[in-house]
Amino acid sequence: MNAATDSLPVMAVRRVGAVSLFFVQILARIGPALTRPGLIVRQIYNAGARSLVIIMLSGMFVGMVLGLLGFDVFQRFGSEDYVGVLAALGNLKVLGPVLTALLFAGRAGTSLTSEIGLMKSTEQLTAMQMMAVDPVRYVVVPRFLGGFIAMPLLAATFTVIALYGAQLIGVQQMGVDAGAYWSQTQNAVDLHDVWEGVVKSLVFGVAVNLVAVYEGYHAEPTPEGVGLATTRTVVISSVLVLLLNYLLTAAFLTTK
Amino acid sequence: MNEPAASANSPSPAQAGDAVIEVRDVRYAVGGRAIFDGLHITARRGRITAFMGPSGTGKTTLLRLITGQVYAERGSVQVFGREVATLSSKELFAMRRRMGMLFQNGALLTDLDVYENVAFPLRAHTDLPESLVRQLVLTKLHAVGLRGAARLMPSELSGGMARRVALARAIVMDPDILIYDEPFVGLDPISMGVICRLIKQMNEALGITSIVVSHDVQELATIAHDSFLLSQGRVVASGTPEELHHSAIPEVRQFMEGLADGPVPFHFPASDYRAELLGDAEVSR
Repeated sequence: MNAATDSLPVMAVRRVGAVSLFFVQILARIGPALTRPGLIVRQIYNAGARSLVIIMLSGMFVGMVLGLLGFDVFQRFGSEDYVGVLAALGNLKVLGPVLTALLFAGRAGTSLTSEIGLMKSTEQLTAMQMMAVDPVRYVVVPRFLGGFIAMPLLAATFTVIALYGAQLIGVQQMGVDAGAYWSQTQNAVDLHDVWEGVVKSLVFGVAVNLVAVYEGYHAEPTPEGVGLATTRTVVISSVLVLLLNYLLTAAFLTTK
Repeated sequence: MNEPAASANSPSPAQAGDAVIEVRDVRYAVGGRAIFDGLHITARRGRITAFMGPSGTGKTTLLRLITGQVYAERGSVQVFGREVATLSSKELFAMRRRMGMLFQNGALLTDLDVYENVAFPLRAHTDLPESLVRQLVLTKLHAVGLRGAARLMPSELSGGMARRVALARAIVMDPDILIYDEPFVGLDPISMGVICRLIKQMNEALGITSIVVSHDVQELATIAHDSFLLSQGRVVASGTPEELHHSAIPEVRQFMEGLADGPVPFHFPASDYRAELLGDAEVSR
């Protein structure tokens, strides 16, 4: 089969198939990879701790904007107390997991792709194979797991900081009554909403990290190839996150 | 061609016994273009065998065939008496554990320091206590003269040092075969001499079968026991480096003497020079 002459749908189906097979390879090696937890912990640090500052800053600003927007909208109806509800539901259900995933794709996802791609272009992956070491198990799986574990933790951090940011604007700056703010929020948010955010961040964690490690592992082993793979990681994972967000939001609405 | 065109004065290495690597009548093509067609090569136990040839003749591809990274369309590639193409992935990994490979750029793992790079195969394949790992790593680093660089990162090493660390890593599992892919490329004369001496020492002291892929005729002449000259997908000559030096085969003479033009043409195929210079610019485009 010549990839150059294939139509776009055929190429898309082939790519989805290749990524799915790669995912199966990863799943099959998770057990053996868990025997070396040090590698995974290091990747949680690389993907998670190193993304923390950008996640916290973004969370704060998103929360503050939600506070401003909510106050502007709700004061027109005399319902400023609902600012907290908007911020809580918006962050828990959508903005927290989605924006965290997008920021993660830009920060940690690109880092994963370029790191694995460079390892390939400098023959490090081939060297591992020659040392009878499986690079999927040693390089790919720890990075995938590290990112997957880091994603919900980062999303939770983003959400908490964003709630604080919204409260800072709504209560501290705009003068909404703190008691009313929090009681309305408490009444409106239930476990289903929290669960929605958690499930989304887990699904996005799989999607973004799978795209990142796949693109890195299959990058053309040249400087241009690694650059293109890094770009593809951001583009594909961003679109995928937004698409999955729509599907999951619809699914959660129908099951509520 | 059925057998390599051995230099006239000596028996071909391919005729000798106790072969560790045997390549027989191999055809390998990429995108329809044959890289090898009718390739025959033998590497014998405990000897240094050199694969030489101009750039682009498939020397590195030959190593990939031997190590099971790619498979031949036709013919047989046997290592340790086993047909590489028929090995399961488990058996292939077991075979590779008996091999060490030195890559052109060292291929050190950039997130590990020198010590951990050398310890990597030990950690991956054995459960040796840390004290023994340390002893083995330091011994191998000492052998390549870099015990003092154990805690440096690969980015802090020169090209020659990186290759010496890679050599220490390649021998840490005490392999039966050591494969060197272009070990002299980009090295200054001192580093080149050091690597040359190390290849010889490893071969003599450890009794390792060594395969060296290179186009550096002078260096190979000082260390190789057997040589194969590859050109255009086949072996054009084989024998000792000395025999190749005295060969009358035009391809061999061109390569050994570094002549720009000969059986391997200097010019890439093109239309008539005069016609193109004086012709219409549109036509030449």
